[in-house]
Amino acid sequence: MSRPPGIFAAARIVLLKDLRVELRTLESVPAMVLFATTIYVIFRFGLDRTTLDGGLAAGVLLVTVLFAALLAINRLFVAEREQGGFEAIRLAPIDGTALFLAKAAALITYLTALEIVAIPIFGLFFLDDWGGIPPLIPVLILLNAGFAITGALISVIATNSRARDLLAPLILLPLLVPLMIAAAGAAQGLLAAGGPDYADFTQWLVVLGLYDLVFLLIGYAVFDFLLED
Amino acid sequence: MQGNSLRNITILTALLLGVGFSLVFFYAPLDADQGFIQKIFYLHVPLAIVALVGFIVGGVHAIRYLRTNDPVHDARSYVAIHMSVIFGVAVLITGAIWAKASWGVWWEWREPTLVSFLIVFLLYATYYPLRYAIPERDRQARYASVFAVTAGAFVPLNFIAVRLAESFIHPRTFATANGGLPPKMQLVFWICLIAIGLLWYTLVRFELTAKRTRGQLSRLRRALDDSPPPTGTAARIAPGAAAR
Repeated sequence: MSRPPGIFAAARIVLLKDLRVELRTLESVPAMVLFATTIYVIFRFGLDRTTLDGGLAAGVLLVTVLFAALLAINRLFVAEREQGGFEAIRLAPIDGTALFLAKAAALITYLTALEIVAIPIFGLFFLDDWGGIPPLIPVLILLNAGFAITGALISVIATNSRARDLLAPLILLPLLVPLMIAAAGAAQGLLAAGGPDYADFTQWLVVLGLYDLVFLLIGYAVFDFLLED
Repeated sequence: MQGNSLRNITILTALLLGVGFSLVFFYAPLDADQGFIQKIFYLHVPLAIVALVGFIVGGVHAIRYLRTNDPVHDARSYVAIHMSVIFGVAVLITGAIWAKASWGVWWEWREPTLVSFLIVFLLYATYYPLRYAIPERDRQARYASVFAVTAGAFVPLNFIAVRLAESFIHPRTFATANGGLPPKMQLVFWICLIAIGLLWYTLVRFELTAKRTRGQLSRLRRALDDSPPPTGTAARIAPGAAAR
């Protein structure tokens, strides 16, 4: 008799399944990229600016990523709900938390793919000076992790409720405010007009890391309760 | 028995609130800097502290619910959060009044405590749509508990992030030279804090009692509906009804 897979092995299997589905259907990432690009165009006219720097650049960049992330978060568990994935996970001899880790990892992958395309587009549209982009990478990594962890947690709740697409953004947006504060705080210095400014940069990275850690632990502790029936 | 303790605690709350606010107006000295308007401090700050503590209490009950699966804890968690949201509305209103009086604006974005509180309030306001969007009772209780735990951890994180983002302009009534609050003011403040805390507790007890009573009533009503009608007597009381 073979032993059931451990939590990380199980999470890997679910993650690979999700990525394969995404590669074959191209449901989330292309839509996110298109959405983000359109939002940049809307900001260009909404703000009536052709170049951005400092806080305004950080705001436009990060808010767009946030909204694009919401698209993926809303769809994250749709297949599980419609095709009995939740029951399958409950029946399988694995820790339900594996699903949480897998979905968070899938979201991180989607967001990274989105940013690889959307941030050069943002730079092309709005930035005079690209010097702030490379140091932005650690901020984005921690930001993606935060989106993914809270997103995976709230998405299960929303998916299993009647209000579905309404509930996820409603709960997530206030929950993500501290993450956005920290990411915007770091990014506005990096995108400042006269080249990157690293004042308070580490402080914001610490806040981002703390946020990720706290919600990762909470998700790990409570996720199982969301799967019980 | 239950009614008695509820009555006693109600009387105690009313007394303490009365004493507290009499002291605010007749005993506590006028603030040298802000004058009379500073007295809203004795209402605004206790309300805010009690509301935040109430959110944490809701989270603790939620953890107990997840551990025991006893619906009593879910009801406590719900009522604690519900009451704190109501207190939260009062905090935002009194905060706006204080801001208008001492800074000349109804809302001050550079004030980290006010902004943090608003964000926490917005998050907890989504507790209601969450609960009502889940029809199955067990799942509703479980999901609401998960939310309460998550949101409980969010409260301190949020305060850290907002505080780091903003300069300090709130009247640091406590921090001004540590013990800057004169002993008379401190005494009144603590009495008000206890009174408001008791008010919160009393209201929570009332709502829980109301919930329990409503539950008992509907259970009795259901039992009454299900029990077979005593034959004979029913016919005698309402012969027409039996024929129909």
